[in-house]
Amino acid sequence: MREALVEFRNVSFRYGEDQPWVLKQVSFTIYKNEWIAIIGHNGSGKSTIAKLMNGLLFPQEGTILINNVPVNEETIWDIRKEVGMVFQNPDNQFVGTTVQDDVAFGMENRGIPREEMVKRIDETLTAVGMESYRLTEPHRLSGGQKQRVAIASVLAISPELLILDEATAMLDPKGRMEIMQTVSNVRERLQLTLLTITHDLQEVVQAERVIVMNEGEKWKEASPREIFAEKKELQRIGLDVPFIATLAEELKQQGMPITNEPLNHEELLEDLWTLHSKM
Amino acid sequence: MDITFKNVSYIYQQNTPFAHRAIDNISFHIPSGTFVAIIGHTGSGKSTLLQHLNGLVRPSEGEVKIGDFLLSHEHKPKNLMELRSRVGVVFQYPEHQLFEETVAKDIAFGPENFGVEQAEIEQRIKEIVPAVGLSEALLARSPFELSGGQMRRAAIAGVLAVKPEILVLDEPTAGLDPRGQKEIMDMFYDLHQQQKLTTVLVTHSMEDAVKYADHVIILNKGTKYMEGKPEEVFIQQEALNQVQLDMPEMIQFMQAFQARFGTEIPFMRQTVEDLAVQIQEALKGVDVHE
Repeated sequence: MREALVEFRNVSFRYGEDQPWVLKQVSFTIYKNEWIAIIGHNGSGKSTIAKLMNGLLFPQEGTILINNVPVNEETIWDIRKEVGMVFQNPDNQFVGTTVQDDVAFGMENRGIPREEMVKRIDETLTAVGMESYRLTEPHRLSGGQKQRVAIASVLAISPELLILDEATAMLDPKGRMEIMQTVSNVRERLQLTLLTITHDLQEVVQAERVIVMNEGEKWKEASPREIFAEKKELQRIGLDVPFIATLAEELKQQGMPITNEPLNHEELLEDLWTLHSKM
Repeated sequence: MDITFKNVSYIYQQNTPFAHRAIDNISFHIPSGTFVAIIGHTGSGKSTLLQHLNGLVRPSEGEVKIGDFLLSHEHKPKNLMELRSRVGVVFQYPEHQLFEETVAKDIAFGPENFGVEQAEIEQRIKEIVPAVGLSEALLARSPFELSGGQMRRAAIAGVLAVKPEILVLDEPTAGLDPRGQKEIMDMFYDLHQQQKLTTVLVTHSMEDAVKYADHVIILNKGTKYMEGKPEEVFIQQEALNQVQLDMPEMIQFMQAFQARFGTEIPFMRQTVEDLAVQIQEALKGVDVHE
């Protein structure tokens, strides 16, 4: 039986009493050590979900549990040790004058002893591949490097859940690749549950499960393969479909019986090969 | 208006120990009416290059010609204002530059500064607002009450209201969701064709470049690395990988297809639908029963 880390039970949220509901009766569970992606059009409520998870916002209705503890004013300080977030803009997240100061900042706030801090700075900067930049000033780093340091700073608190809220959106393709490689490496080294909020289809395909949000409601929750099988519907709610899924759909329209919902080049080529051998 | 760069270099903080050559000996020619994509990583010199297009900076070496306007280290055109009214620049995150009380006033700000008459401005707003996908009902609202996508459109309307002949777009879809990205790019493409604009798109997206541009320039570390038609440039996998760029996904798939089945499907900027037909045709000729 999988252990639940985050539970949303009928959560509704709005920014003010005269404002429309941003989230409407949303329920889902995130399990320990899984990689889950949340996608949805701008304004669908994705980022609000992230902010509710570590008590930056509180819902008007419903309950949010982290490790079976309800998120509220009394519990947020403990919960923020469990839930770390990296945001979109790499320039808005630096507080230290050097990379290692920045990683130390969150630990200092939590009163972690010096010897432990030194050890964790080593570990986390190595995990994100930034160990040789310890004394570098943040403004000398590229966007991708800044986000890697931001991830290290969060990992130093050793949270159970790492949320990347469009953390690659402002990066160039090289920066995006750096981050996704970093995240895969980190997940191999540490026990970590990962939530990525993103428009990037490559990030979505890598996740084990996807929650699709539409106009404040949970539209669907399934594996990437099941989600991308519903191309027409996804496009209707303003989302994109990977190139391979689109091509597979067109091939089906041509009468080629492709059944496996391929998500990458190898899978589609394999399907074509098998089909062709039978022809 | 044609755009010509002749041996252009730009040096920040010239004659100081901090001197930095942001672009280095770049030459190219873009005929009027072209849709050109400029691609390169952060730090490749893209932003510096585009600041030359409306005279925000002048070259440290070499010369830039925009139509009849000549920019060089020695030569500053007297009528820079006119150049700027003919070259519209949509900077990154243009919504950060919204400031007026209402959307209508914000759109009018540019043309007012260039001395366009009030009646003419109102006429232009009437045309532009639907073209950028905004409703007229929003004109009286504060731009800060709009959604992110609407703010982006309002800011773009402000640039279009000046009626530029050259439109420079610096990553115009950054931060938008997939539908917003497609709508904005399709809008620029329609405007480009209807108004016979010369469009310069700075982008990270190989997919957008291959879809919209008829000419691409790839920059690397301040120099021109590759230049040509998308169908010529984007099939050069090794050269692109050298500068950490990838081929557009369709071309990657076509090359993988060729490797697997030994049959080539040439890249002609075809649609996915056409590609599906070609794959089916190609497979008929392949014999896998050895």
